[in-house]
Amino acid sequence: MKTFLSPLPASLKGTLSFLSYDLSASQFSPDGRVFQVEYALKAVENSGTAVGIRGKDGVVFGVEKLVTSKLYEAGANKRIFNVDRHIGLATAGLMADSRALVEIAREEASNFRYNYGSPIPLKQLTDRVSGYVHAHTLYSSVRPFGVSMILGSYSQELGPQMYMVDPSGVSWGYYGCATGKAKQAAKTEIEKLKGAISFLLTQKLTVHVEFAQTGPYSKDKERRSFAVRIMAADITCFGRRNTAKPSDLRNIVRIYIVHDEVKDKHFELELSWVGDVTGGKHELVPNNVFTEAEKFAKEALEESDDSDEEDL
Amino acid sequence: MATSMMTSGFPNTEMFSDEFSRPDWLKSEVETGTTIMAVQFDGGVVIGADSRTTTGAYIANRVTDKLTKVTDRIYCCRSGSAADTQAIADIVNYHLNFFEMDTGEEPKVKIAANIFRDLCYNYRDSLMAGIIVAGWDKTEGGQVFTVPLGGMLTRMPFATGGSGSTYIYGYVDSNFKEGMKKEECLKFVANGLSLAMSRDGSSGGVVRLACITKDGVERFVLTGKRNTAIL
Repeated sequence: MKTFLSPLPASLKGTLSFLSYDLSASQFSPDGRVFQVEYALKAVENSGTAVGIRGKDGVVFGVEKLVTSKLYEAGANKRIFNVDRHIGLATAGLMADSRALVEIAREEASNFRYNYGSPIPLKQLTDRVSGYVHAHTLYSSVRPFGVSMILGSYSQELGPQMYMVDPSGVSWGYYGCATGKAKQAAKTEIEKLKGAISFLLTQKLTVHVEFAQTGPYSKDKERRSFAVRIMAADITCFGRRNTAKPSDLRNIVRIYIVHDEVKDKHFELELSWVGDVTGGKHELVPNNVFTEAEKFAKEALEESDDSDEEDL
Repeated sequence: MATSMMTSGFPNTEMFSDEFSRPDWLKSEVETGTTIMAVQFDGGVVIGADSRTTTGAYIANRVTDKLTKVTDRIYCCRSGSAADTQAIADIVNYHLNFFEMDTGEEPKVKIAANIFRDLCYNYRDSLMAGIIVAGWDKTEGGQVFTVPLGGMLTRMPFATGGSGSTYIYGYVDSNFKEGMKKEECLKFVANGLSLAMSRDGSSGGVVRLACITKDGVERFVLTGKRNTAIL
């Protein structure tokens, strides 16, 4: 992605054969782009997908963590983090950059608590972290963060909140968002949900996972892609999180994480939530809910596989 | 200087030493030897204070306003050194203005109280300040916090402070009721302050009252010769 200045002044010919605009984050290209930031976005697109859904009474995160070797121990290098008691963060992109940013976020949250004696509202945290990310797109001595992250929180007072920050340092609030390898497919799936947005806003939050055949490749047997469908079931059915009965799961909202089985053989699913059900505390979805949800998801995937073949 | 005057026959300047030539209140610090009170009720808070500022025995100001605004709906009642408490209130006001610009939200009473605590605790060795922070915010409604001398922070349903408060512990303990209405709170505070002012030599003047609710601040001044049972 090299751009050339032309024509070169005669005086420069021979000394400089070309000028490029992608070597520094502090320089615009003539058509107004900052290439280093775009390369950082590419780094994010190479990573496994992360999705977040905001419902009426909480936020759920799902991460497709690609595992590149069978020799890694299970559960290592988690991509869902706690920033504060009430704030969760899911990342896509370079792991090391993610951890550095999470550390910044934790420090900001902790400083706010120290100074004001109360938990930081997610909006403030997002503003500060995105300001920090943006500062890394301004100077030649630094490189932008190869990370985009989804932050979510819940409090009685402010309700559920969710934001996504990207390598350019912008942030938006979302009802549902996705980033990483299959963000497009995942976003399409989110948008496909009938009236997803208004639905999410009125329904109690639920989590459920389902592997389902879906997405743009579904008719292409060679490049069949599979989806992890996070289905939301009414959290109120779970009662307290430790006594949650998986049989209480109800399929209400579906979000898909598209997983490309041909390219990326193995992955681990990470699920976390923060909401009324967890008492405003961000935590990983408890084991019993997770396993039952995953089982249900796999069954649903097989079902949808069968029906697909009938179609063909 | 003194030596040269003595040799030229002037009287001994020892005679005019500070001890005799100036009254002692010139040296003493300006203090709000005070009675302050605050009560929360459903929908707001009532705060009150006497109006006496003294330097030693001298009344430097008999109509002082010790109910000081820090934001539109958060006030503090000041007791202790007038200079210290004014400075602290100014600094907290600065922080809360900054907070509001930074976040776009009205600061909560809890946040204001925490900044008061932060200052009073960190500078506890150099400050003489006992402050009651009270106000209204949309999440918690009316709230009263007290930050006494060492810089501790406590939320209370009602609080008293200043030198005069010691005289009215009996009154407040037997007359405070949970769930009082605004008018009852005003009466409670006015009576408490009047009783304290009648006993405490360094409290007096008029009774200043304020009521903070979501609609803003209403202020009252009670003058009058009899200082008890005004309302």
